Amino acid sequence: MQVTGTVLTTRRVDAYHALTVVAPGIAERFRPGHFVSVAVGGPHTSMPSRRAFSVHDVKPDYGGTVELVFAVRGRGTAWLAERKARETLDLVGPLGRPFPVPRDPCTCVLVGGEYGSASLFALADTLQQRGCRVDFVLGAASADRVFGALRARRMGETTTLTTEDGSLGLRGRVTDALPSVIADARADVVYACGPMPMLRGVTAVAVEFDIPVQVSVEESMACGYGVCMTCVLPVIGDDGVTRMARSCVDGPVFRGERVRFEDIGTIPFDALGAPGGRAQEGGAHTRNVS
Amino acid sequence: MLTPEMSVDMRTYLAHVELANPITTAAGCAASGAELSQFFDLARLGAVVTRSITMAPRAGRPTPRMAETPSGMLNAVGLQGPGVEVFLERELPRLVDRGARAVVSVAGGSVAEYAALARRLSDAPGVAAVEVNLSCPNVEDLGRVFARDPAASAEVISSVRATMRYDVPVIAKLAPDVADIVAVARACVDGGADALAMINTPLGMSIDVDSMRPSLAAGTGGLSGPAIRPLAVRCLWQVHAAMPGVPIVGMGGVMTGRDALEMILAGACVVSVGTALFHDPYACLRILRELEDLLKERGFERLADAVGLAHRPPGAGPRHRIDLEESSL
Repeated sequence: MQVTGTVLTTRRVDAYHALTVVAPGIAERFRPGHFVSVAVGGPHTSMPSRRAFSVHDVKPDYGGTVELVFAVRGRGTAWLAERKARETLDLVGPLGRPFPVPRDPCTCVLVGGEYGSASLFALADTLQQRGCRVDFVLGAASADRVFGALRARRMGETTTLTTEDGSLGLRGRVTDALPSVIADARADVVYACGPMPMLRGVTAVAVEFDIPVQVSVEESMACGYGVCMTCVLPVIGDDGVTRMARSCVDGPVFRGERVRFEDIGTIPFDALGAPGGRAQEGGAHTRNVS
Repeated sequence: MLTPEMSVDMRTYLAHVELANPITTAAGCAASGAELSQFFDLARLGAVVTRSITMAPRAGRPTPRMAETPSGMLNAVGLQGPGVEVFLERELPRLVDRGARAVVSVAGGSVAEYAALARRLSDAPGVAAVEVNLSCPNVEDLGRVFARDPAASAEVISSVRATMRYDVPVIAKLAPDVADIVAVARACVDGGADALAMINTPLGMSIDVDSMRPSLAAGTGGLSGPAIRPLAVRCLWQVHAAMPGVPIVGMGGVMTGRDALEMILAGACVVSVGTALFHDPYACLRILRELEDLLKERGFERLADAVGLAHRPPGAGPRHRIDLEESSL
């Protein structure tokens, strides 16, 4: 649904910005893993594409608020970072396929890269309410880019932090620390959100341990609700066929082993409808049209 | 004077097919239609123009497929879609069930492929009109785009017209980046087009100065959004001036009711909304409401009275109800 939300608070969190917006309809329908898309640039904007953000926190105050966490990466996010309390924002949400949660209590490792960890806390909350054990592995390039370390320490059974420059926690990447965390916790499932190369690495580790992995991907999108067809990535379906799936409506949460990470940014030759593939061979001329 | 409570007659015609109002989605901007129906009732639109349907399923282009540009965006989706069989089996019936009028856009790589698509569509119930996307490379002409060549465009249109049921209008969708759009438009009408749609996205490109590579994986892409509106208005103007009797579907960066009215004044009787749908899922309904209010404010009783009105000679006042009454005396 589309909501005109009012900005309640804005804050800087290390390298990131956090914006709390009063958006009742979105807050009450929210489930962990959902995202929202925001129109940027005001009413007569020169930026026609919406920006998609994962939701860090949902609170019942003022009828329902959502908190978005983002990094300034371009003109749109720069505009958003300048918003002040009481200004209004055009939000659409909650969007996407949320994280599936296990029916029975189990041990879950939640892996977050950069501000991707923002979307893991609502998930951790839900998992803990269901009696699950939650362990965190959070990482980024440097200490100021690790989001939510304190909260993870408070919530998680264990919390492992990694930075590439060694300024916080272990020096290295989340995938370096992940195998021992999975082994020590005897994890049943991995959830991950962060940059694509990290998700690829996390999936490889989970596959090694033969445990399910749910990844929340971050692809650039224009709309967030399935009409622009720009946020696609190759995903293997239940029937074994690879399709160019939209991360906004088919995702953003996918089973990690179904995402063909090594083929992102290409059309795999065996994808449904790939150029030169069987499906398009000959097109109309040779196809039997009954 | 019209009282504010009176409503404007927003009905319009695509050839002989009546639409309840002039606002439609633009081809390729509403996916299967199901996505937008979560937000509003598709039956409230004049019509839903589908994505361009191809014979076989298409995976489209690799990512990145989209790059934002000043007041617009470049896209190279590459006609990703399920192919005509799945479209007829699943997507079209769902549109019909929802009470939407479906204008089916078709795309092919050869005249024969367009004709084959028309043949598949001609027995399908619920096809209000067929829009022929001519901005496709012709595999039989070294990949030259049909829309750039009046003769090739006319050949496609006449083969679709000959194949399609007589009571389903055929709309030729034209590209703006051609030497003479009037020549292409005339060739299409001579080839049997019942209506014209313009404009498809002109080809553009942007380069990411950080990676020092093209922003889109495909290199070039179609430019859309308000940035191309003046280009669209110019094309509409020229074609309507040359062939005032041909119904035109106008599109290109329509974001508001004012933009839609501009298209109508230039000669469009139907206005399609594309890029605005990526910004605002309710764009079509908002634009329709704004357009109706603008027509009301200007004293129009019927949308049809505003079509092409900007072409009236200088000095001739706005043609509204009062003038019509006087002229009938």
